[in-house]
Amino acid sequence: MRGMITLDQVTKRFGAVVALDAVSLDVRPGVTHVLLGSSGSGKSTVLRLILGLAPPDGGVVSVEGTPVDATSRDRLVARMGYVVQDGGLYPHLTAADNVALAAEAHRWPRARIAARVAELAGMAGLDASMLRRYPRELSGGQRQRVGLMRALMLDPPILLLDEPLGALDPIVRAELQDQLGRLFAGLAKTVVLVTHDLREAARLGHVITLMTAGHVVQQGTLSDLEERPASPFVTKFLTAQRLAAPASAGR
Amino acid sequence: MRVSLAVLGALLATASVAGAAPDGVIRVGSKSFTESYILAEVVAQLVERVGEARVERRVGLGGTGVTYRALESAAIDLYPEYTGTLSRVILKDPTLERVEALRARLEARGLTISDALGFANTYALAVRADRAEALGLKRIGDLARHPELRAAFSSGFLEREDGWPGLRVRYGLTLPRVTVMEHALTYRAIASGDADVMDVFSTDGQLERLRLRLLEDDRRFFPDYSAVLLARRELAERFPRTWARLREALEGRIDGRRMAQLNALVDLDGKPIAEAAAVFLGGDAAPASGSGSRRAMLAEIGVLTLSHLVLVLISVGAAIVLGIPMGIVAARYRRVGQLELSVVAMLQTVPALALLMFMIPLFGIGQGPALVALSLYALLPIARNTYAGLMAIDRTLLEIAWVLRLGELRRLLRIDLPLSAIAIMAGIKTAAVTTVGTATLAAFIGGGGYGTLIVRGLALDDTATILAGAAPAALMALGFHGLFELADRVVIPRGLRR
Repeated sequence: MRGMITLDQVTKRFGAVVALDAVSLDVRPGVTHVLLGSSGSGKSTVLRLILGLAPPDGGVVSVEGTPVDATSRDRLVARMGYVVQDGGLYPHLTAADNVALAAEAHRWPRARIAARVAELAGMAGLDASMLRRYPRELSGGQRQRVGLMRALMLDPPILLLDEPLGALDPIVRAELQDQLGRLFAGLAKTVVLVTHDLREAARLGHVITLMTAGHVVQQGTLSDLEERPASPFVTKFLTAQRLAAPASAGR
Repeated sequence: MRVSLAVLGALLATASVAGAAPDGVIRVGSKSFTESYILAEVVAQLVERVGEARVERRVGLGGTGVTYRALESAAIDLYPEYTGTLSRVILKDPTLERVEALRARLEARGLTISDALGFANTYALAVRADRAEALGLKRIGDLARHPELRAAFSSGFLEREDGWPGLRVRYGLTLPRVTVMEHALTYRAIASGDADVMDVFSTDGQLERLRLRLLEDDRRFFPDYSAVLLARRELAERFPRTWARLREALEGRIDGRRMAQLNALVDLDGKPIAEAAAVFLGGDAAPASGSGSRRAMLAEIGVLTLSHLVLVLISVGAAIVLGIPMGIVAARYRRVGQLELSVVAMLQTVPALALLMFMIPLFGIGQGPALVALSLYALLPIARNTYAGLMAIDRTLLEIAWVLRLGELRRLLRIDLPLSAIAIMAGIKTAAVTTVGTATLAAFIGGGGYGTLIVRGLALDDTATILAGAAPAALMALGFHGLFELADRVVIPRGLRR
């Protein structure tokens, strides 16, 4: 089966800095694929290239078999939902208006928008009374839920999430991780999730790609990484994360 | 509703400024000094008495340049002028001295002049009468015998060729003790005996009060500045009775002493100009009581408030309509934007008064050109703040707008502009409040507004009149500030407010 999203020898530079160095990746349909790595590893850049927010300097990024370029990106981005850290909500719009933006642009009738927003609120576990609030009147977890709802509004087959839970405290974070896991499974979306958190990767990812300094180090399941590390770096990364979070080590 | 009608009316009035005077109206202009105001008011009251046409007073237009151009462009129909100014400044031919010669020359320009009104307002040298008596000073030439005398001259007189430099050559004067001094202060210096000789205008209202004697210009050095009425020829043709009446009533009827008395009435006694004019004309037109003149002043402030509001609202409105799109373009296309913002910034470095003056050759005088200048002036804060507001939007938020495929226009209206609302509103606020102040300068080119009182007050050296213009302007600025604080609540999205 062809990959839903593929990167083939993709290179991206920002001035003298090489953000991605000949990265190849294959994201299968319906799979949650986690890009794991510390900051600066290039994992967020992968998402930006998939979205068409920046062009690669070398190699090809394809979505549903079509290379992402200046002419195709406008059409392809319609297939994707994008969630960033802390929600990336527009502060001047209420939660409901933030969620409704894309549907508004598609000239959906009001009633249809309202129904879909309500449906998404239920799905994301957001209390309906929160919908009338402005982003600054919401908690971090609520903002994140609204950001997710906004990305799902038009029901795109692909969901790209960039450190979606990065700004949340551990309890909310754990709760949302479980919820996201159920959601992804239920909706059968193709998901690419960027995180630096091993536990998050373990809980949500069917496939984990470990990146460092613009390279892919290893791709596989968590047990692949644990049991058959491709390099000493893999073991080092896994150990460091476990030591940093002893509370969940026994899980 | 009434306000918007008033604004509409003002717009229409503005549109008609450039064109010829409407039927049945005579527009009387003046320069901005006491004598010119008084003569214009005398003319206006005479026109009213004849009743052939309605009078519009467009007085205090500034110096010769502005006032003459106003006449040329038919923004006014007549104003008091001086033969010396006509020959030297306007026609630039100093050999023209006689009224007939001037009139013949002006004919080609569609203008005409009355005969001399009877007085000349020329430069003269004045000495305290008792001192002149003691030293036997009668003529300017007599000064040559008294090199110990101290002279205090205004800077203009000291530099002009038809002032001190030419005068000392003509008379062979050697006064070693010449100082430059602010004119108003020189009177005090001469009264207290700290100075002996000063330059004055021959119809100066202070001459008699301070017991000053004019020294005779026996070698006829100072050019003749006989007062005349300078008018558009079509005025004489369309309103023959009025023109005939003006000439009959004024030609040869005002001698230097009479004019000096009228000037003193206003300058020294603080009488309203209308009253001085009425005193000259005699009869019952004099607004006798003080409360009457106060009421007239209040009525005038009311009218000026409206015209000031119109100046501010229309120019800031135009600046908003132009400035926000300019800011958007600047934020979208960087190179064009930099060029555009530099040009607007350059406009800002032109002093407001100079910018107003530049408008005259392009658009004439009056409200129209003032509006153009004020709009240009208000442009920078609005365009600049719009640009700054748009540039300050978080890049992630813009990328998300693209991912959501909102489209250019929807993104602009739904995301970009609301997110920049605080910066844009701040720019509009700055523009409005500063325009209230800058608009007072519009009066220098006959644009109306509170500046009319400030210009008049400056000309008459009357602090109360200056304040009558300046204080309401300050209040209006405060009012606008408050109004915009309220507008913030409507315009700035709730989610952005603190």
